Amino acid sequence: MSQALVIVAHGSHLNPDSSAPTFDHADTIRASGAFDEVREAFWKEEPSFREVLRTVEAEEVFVVPLFVSEGYFTEQVIPRELRLEGWDVDEWDSDGTSASHVTLRASDVDKTVHYCGPVGTHDAMSDVIVRRAQSVTGDPDVGPGFGLAVVGHGTERNENSAKAIHYHAERIRAMDRFDEVEALFMDEDPEVDDVTDYLESDDVVVVPLFVADGFHTQEDIPEDMGITDDYREGYDVPAAVDGTRIWYAGAVGTEALTADVIVERARDAGADVRDSAERVRERTGDVAGD
Amino acid sequence: MDESPDRTRRAAGATNAEQFDALLTAAEDGVDFDGLRVSTDGETYAFATPEVERSGLDERSFRDLAAQYADYVNNWYVWTLADLSADREAFLRWIEGANERPVPERYAALREGGIARSWGQLRITATLADDGERRYDLRHEADAGRDVADLDRHDDPLDARHLATDDERGRYRPLKTAPTLRRGWVYPDLPSADLVRAVDFFYPATVANWHRERAGDLDVSHWRETAERQTGIYGVVEELPPEAVEWVAEACCVDSQCLKRREWDEDEATPLDAPRGDGEFPCREPCSLVIAAARTWTTLEREEPREYTFELTPSEKEQVEAIVEAVADGRTDEIREADVSEGANRYRARYLRAKRFDDEGNLCGVPTDEDGA
Repeated sequence: MSQALVIVAHGSHLNPDSSAPTFDHADTIRASGAFDEVREAFWKEEPSFREVLRTVEAEEVFVVPLFVSEGYFTEQVIPRELRLEGWDVDEWDSDGTSASHVTLRASDVDKTVHYCGPVGTHDAMSDVIVRRAQSVTGDPDVGPGFGLAVVGHGTERNENSAKAIHYHAERIRAMDRFDEVEALFMDEDPEVDDVTDYLESDDVVVVPLFVADGFHTQEDIPEDMGITDDYREGYDVPAAVDGTRIWYAGAVGTEALTADVIVERARDAGADVRDSAERVRERTGDVAGD
Repeated sequence: MDESPDRTRRAAGATNAEQFDALLTAAEDGVDFDGLRVSTDGETYAFATPEVERSGLDERSFRDLAAQYADYVNNWYVWTLADLSADREAFLRWIEGANERPVPERYAALREGGIARSWGQLRITATLADDGERRYDLRHEADAGRDVADLDRHDDPLDARHLATDDERGRYRPLKTAPTLRRGWVYPDLPSADLVRAVDFFYPATVANWHRERAGDLDVSHWRETAERQTGIYGVVEELPPEAVEWVAEACCVDSQCLKRREWDEDEATPLDAPRGDGEFPCREPCSLVIAAARTWTTLEREEPREYTFELTPSEKEQVEAIVEAVADGRTDEIREADVSEGANRYRARYLRAKRFDDEGNLCGVPTDEDGA
């Protein structure tokens, strides 16, 4: 039976960079041959969530949300717009970061839909954060002598957003790779503005758990941390702030290895990806070399 | 497990002999396709087209006759074995007018310059390769007459996403079906499956929805139900007054702004007056741009009108109107630098501002709020 992968992401009416990582990861997975079809869909761009399922031919569709946390989009918007029959968030049986997948029918197409948890909460995303640190420092062995800050938006309407940040910070701390690992936030304590107060290392890698670069990752966070006075002028990597070298990584979702996590989400839901998952890994495998 | 853009190529790339073999086999179940009718009683064969009708044929005579009408056989073979989904097949057959044009006429046209169709701002020209496989030239309709060599050549359907991202002036196009597709590129030689993929990247879901409409099962979601479905920051749009829904459609959904043909109305029983558009492909519900804009208008429509007193000359009143018209129609770039007879000319606008605005930007010095803010 043929199988399709549909990557659903937010997209933007204003900024073309928002959908760029989605396209990049989709291309990587397409080239691996893991799925008969790969299609992107967006809340703010086209194809919309409402219409994407009718654009794929496969009867079996794996839908992977390229979102950083469980919450409003994964629990309400995406299932509603995809018209997933009988969707009930309880079926994910999630503690806020543990949603895996649920199999449903969509009411406007004759297809089986395996609706997966978001990319951002998959265990493998911890590895992508580390990879991002390797990429931004150009050092495959980065860790000793370095601190790592994982940055999230904050709670706003959704406590799961912070849970995902804490989850990965905890997992990376347990790797015992960096001297220190902290979870920081844009709009709640501990705030990313005070990054040099929360981390003692001379070198600190700052990785925002965001899908795409945009307003928050390219304007707010750099200015809040003080690595630039005006985002339009850019920032240095590393940039010195209060005697600390800040290695600011930009959105983790732009890291090529994210494609791997998307495939893992689908594999967890039963997609037959066999050795093509390895091919995705090969394509996303170079540190700072791609 | 690979995607299969080559499926049709494999099917159509068969030799004539293979196609006749396939037809002989298919005769057992009977063939009736685009004028070609073939059957067998187990001993002999019957072969018919609008031009010829024979029965009692042995296999050799059958093959000879099939060879004389090879285009019919090829046409049957290509479409029957293409293994395309119903919507893609319908779209590809629509491009060459397969339901209207008899096979000899259609094949002649495919051989001589091809058969062209418009799809939004796309121009698609179907031609015939030597083996009967269809090949497609895809480009902007405004580039119809240009040589391939003068255009930027593409072969990978995925490129379409990037060609569709910005308009001619490098501005981001959030709405794929806006009539602002840039020119200058060409896909000169696409196989059928790749053509459909490229079209779906330029105009996502248009083929699927067009086909649903033709089959009579387009799932239109009207304004009311779409608005009621919204949550979060868009939940407010259901408060937009009914008369404003009309203005939304007039502002966003007419042909000058979007090439989809609007099939949704306020609700099933309450059509909107705004022109639906002449496009080939339907719009089955208010899109995310319309919902986002409607959210702003819902907030703005909460304001009560107020009376202001401005002093303007008749020409100045007309100039304000001309500026709104020029902006609304996207014409400001067309107004020549020195053409001060145009109300929306920049010097004219600057003169009006110098004369009529106070230092806070208030028209005629009249504050917006009663408290003088």
